[in-house]
Amino acid sequence: MYAYDQYDQAMVDARVAEFRDQCERRLAGKLTEDQFKPLRLMNGLYLQLHAYMLRVAIPYGTLNGGQMRVLADIAEKYDRGYGHFTTRQNIQYNWIKLEDAGDILADLAKVEMHAIQTSGNCIRNISSDHFAGAAADEVADPRPYAELLRQWSSFHPEFSYLPRKFKICVIASENDRAAMRLHDIGIRIVERDGELGAQFYVGGGMGRTPMIAPLIRDFVPLDQLVTYSEACLRVYNRYGRRDNKYKARIKILVHELGAEEYTRQVEEEFAHLLDQGVEPPLAELERIKGFFPDPAFDAADAEPDRSDPDFAVWLDHNTHAHKMPGHVSAIVSLKPVGGIPGDATDAQMRVLADLAEKYSFDELRIMHTQNVVLPHVSKADLYALWQALNEAGMGTPNADLMGDIIACPGLDYCSLANARSIPIAQRISERFAAKGKEAALGELKLKISGCINACGHHHAGHIGILGVDRKGTENYQLLLGGSEAEDTSLAKITGPGFDEHGIVDAVETAADVYLRERTEGERFLDTYRRIGMAPFKEALYD
Amino acid sequence: MKLITGNDLKTGAVTWWTGDDWSIHIEDAADAGDEAEAIATREEAARRVNVPYVIEAEAGPDGAPRPAHIKERVRALGPTVRVDLTLKPDDPTAAQKVI
Repeated sequence: MYAYDQYDQAMVDARVAEFRDQCERRLAGKLTEDQFKPLRLMNGLYLQLHAYMLRVAIPYGTLNGGQMRVLADIAEKYDRGYGHFTTRQNIQYNWIKLEDAGDILADLAKVEMHAIQTSGNCIRNISSDHFAGAAADEVADPRPYAELLRQWSSFHPEFSYLPRKFKICVIASENDRAAMRLHDIGIRIVERDGELGAQFYVGGGMGRTPMIAPLIRDFVPLDQLVTYSEACLRVYNRYGRRDNKYKARIKILVHELGAEEYTRQVEEEFAHLLDQGVEPPLAELERIKGFFPDPAFDAADAEPDRSDPDFAVWLDHNTHAHKMPGHVSAIVSLKPVGGIPGDATDAQMRVLADLAEKYSFDELRIMHTQNVVLPHVSKADLYALWQALNEAGMGTPNADLMGDIIACPGLDYCSLANARSIPIAQRISERFAAKGKEAALGELKLKISGCINACGHHHAGHIGILGVDRKGTENYQLLLGGSEAEDTSLAKITGPGFDEHGIVDAVETAADVYLRERTEGERFLDTYRRIGMAPFKEALYD
Repeated sequence: MKLITGNDLKTGAVTWWTGDDWSIHIEDAADAGDEAEAIATREEAARRVNVPYVIEAEAGPDGAPRPAHIKERVRALGPTVRVDLTLKPDDPTAAQKVI
């Protein structure tokens, strides 16, 4: 894992002191809310429905046991004993007091964490593949490139007041596990003729106007990675709309200019920047790479004993192929039946910290699906790990199944939401668990958002649900056919919406159409793509 | 009726204008009537509460004010999915009453 040098630490410590002072001035009445709001947002402090909410950055979703333990301590000491892992691989605390904010940030800084740029119109936490450095199918570990871009984008003076927030994702495999093409910039590290470089996809995103990012450059040499990123941002910063926040994201600029014209302008800017000294020396990238060595893997390659049937089910669903024989990446479900997706108690976080140290070379990853990964687990340790997870309520064998629902906080917590998301997720999870249909359905990605901002990724769900406000009443639209994987697609609305009970029935109806129509080996998404919307609409509305 | 609400400066807690002070319990909220906007403006200047604003409500079945919009009813109670974290942790029907 990357470790702060003296400059990183000094920057974060200085920011803690600065924000502590700003909080004190606000509490003393020396700053108005209008003056204070942009300052707190730069430090990840929102004001939500019930209290202040603090969003803490987890760079590219990677953290160690000590950091997880501090996240648990914050949940216990300053919040109400839990945290919520988000679709940006971050964690949010829902019950923060303003007078504690400075102390919390100081606690985070001690373990090289912060909340900088987790809000505001700047470059946000850079996301990545949760199996980075472990996956068998990657051409390189994408995290050093994400870290390089994190350093470039942190406090970048030119990009602190962009037209709108800006999200970057870096992956390094053909299989996309990070919704790469639904980011403002999606970068895929690729290999061409033995040389690594970067594909750039620009102008994707979800929200009220979902778009899939087009490819604008097929190969950027790695010694031009930062310069090309800067060119993409510069064109956006110059021409992105600032008069209408709903049209201010880069996807609108790329769409309105056309990918070809946007690319032409980026290439022109890139040519101009090439001799400006923007790019850090390759030695810096090599220095960063030095923080991401392979762990000292055990050479043993014994298959786990599958005689316990419950363990065998968990093995089949919640482990992922590792590049090293004898190892897997284990997916820790934060989606117990009827639970709140992504929530973990302080006790559970401490268990995760212990298990990471004991079984996964002290590494954890936060998934954008609101689960946790132990990336490097020896197959010999899997049974003991599974038992420990079960004991802590985190052994549900449902990765990528119906119960593995992404849900935003919705109207239960979020001031932007129009409808509740979590109760819908809970009822669907309970319904399918009770009827035992989950395993029969196989891979089925259900994603729920409580408003058009799409934090719950409903556009990218095989089944998506969007909560809306219809004359003061919660109403839920059903969408089908989305994907955030390498076969990226945007889901389409089936028709009129449903009430909170009807939407659960509607999801079951759609699942039943799939079970009736599927052919051998087809996932829900495959069947939908083959037969189209009509059979689903007929079952839902006729 | 018109209620004035906001979030407490220090804790962020949802708070309601009682007529002469603020309370976290909507049962204490006062109908501010035609003076509501003026009181909200005055209280914002006092900087005890973040951005006070006026909402519509009516008297509920138990006589307590019931906000017209579901968002304000959720604010008044707390998260419907964690009644243990709300102001009515011992009332298992509290969440249903909000909807």
